[in-house]
Amino acid sequence: MVDYGLIAMMILPILACIVLKVLFTPAGEGVQIAGALVYVEIPAPVMNLYISESQVNSWAVMISILGLCLYLTHGLTAKAVTRRQLIAEWLVEKSEKLVKDNMGGFFAEWGPFIAAIMGLSAFSSLICLVGLFSPTGDVNVTFGWAILVFFLIMFYKFRGGFWNYFKGLFKPIPVFAPMNLIGEIATPVSMAFRHYGNILSGAVISALIGSALTGLSKSLLGALPGILGDIPLLRVGLPAVLSIYFDVFSGVMQAFIFAMLTMLNVAGAVPWDAWNARRKKRNKPEIQNTAA
Amino acid sequence: MLELAMGIMLGLLGLGAGCAMIAGIGPGIGEGNAVAKACEAIGRQPECKSDVTSTMIMGCAIAETTGLYGLIVAILLIFVAPGTFTGILKDAIK
Repeated sequence: MVDYGLIAMMILPILACIVLKVLFTPAGEGVQIAGALVYVEIPAPVMNLYISESQVNSWAVMISILGLCLYLTHGLTAKAVTRRQLIAEWLVEKSEKLVKDNMGGFFAEWGPFIAAIMGLSAFSSLICLVGLFSPTGDVNVTFGWAILVFFLIMFYKFRGGFWNYFKGLFKPIPVFAPMNLIGEIATPVSMAFRHYGNILSGAVISALIGSALTGLSKSLLGALPGILGDIPLLRVGLPAVLSIYFDVFSGVMQAFIFAMLTMLNVAGAVPWDAWNARRKKRNKPEIQNTAA
Repeated sequence: MLELAMGIMLGLLGLGAGCAMIAGIGPGIGEGNAVAKACEAIGRQPECKSDVTSTMIMGCAIAETTGLYGLIVAILLIFVAPGTFTGILKDAIK
């Protein structure tokens, strides 16, 4: 009984998003290239707050991933007998191994966080397969994730002491300080734009091909009698094949790369020597990161 | 007057978007080099094919970033800039 509830928890948010999109899409003809639809506009003092399709869709994806996780882990037994328990164990083992291989033993508990970033990113990109707007095609969403990663990087950079970090900006010579500062800020910007640009370019190219094929079939097959002339027959097939690359491969690839860059940036940000020197002053045990 | 100014503005925006996509050359050459080297490495040591492939795809996706910056600039020029500049033009020419 609980299983059916959890399956409904996976599917219903997506269905609700589709209904919401259908209700709010303005009447128009053909394929349109537009950003996220704005559902609600809340008046605020500085700037109006927009509740747009990307927020609603990303919350739907989160609820549905939560449902998926609860479904996979429902009714666990000490000895794996059900298929979903095997899948859940495989996912956990893979994510922990990935984190341990790339970040080292000190970050061994980061598996859930990295898996959450990867799953959210992948499912947000894949949601466009059911006709919804990908939240990752909106720069605000990816920038939010990138800023979160930026704070994590900064937290570990300051482990060696603020003065140590500040001195590092003026290396190798003080003239490099502005460039080092730009390099610090460039990390989240490039992470956000990489993810957003890949998904958005896929969406734009798909829309362009769709509209081009509609026009082509209108001019070639428009003379056919009756309803046959109105259906864009040439749009059958080709966009689906291209969608395998632009939507599926590109989306999953970017999710993996976002998670990978998160791991590498955070693990590379820790100043081990300075941190251990600080810990020695306070009589705390030394931290060793087992080989990454 | 306004029509002429709008025409010039839209044409130049299109030209600018086209010029911005010259940025696609760099990643193309770079990724081609990366894949060529990966093929060489696999030819020399076929047993580490999976490692080389995953590293290569990762590197290619990172090398793509500069091209994507150009793409974002082009998309902004086509879809966002006309709306902004039309308002400025209408204010300037009254």
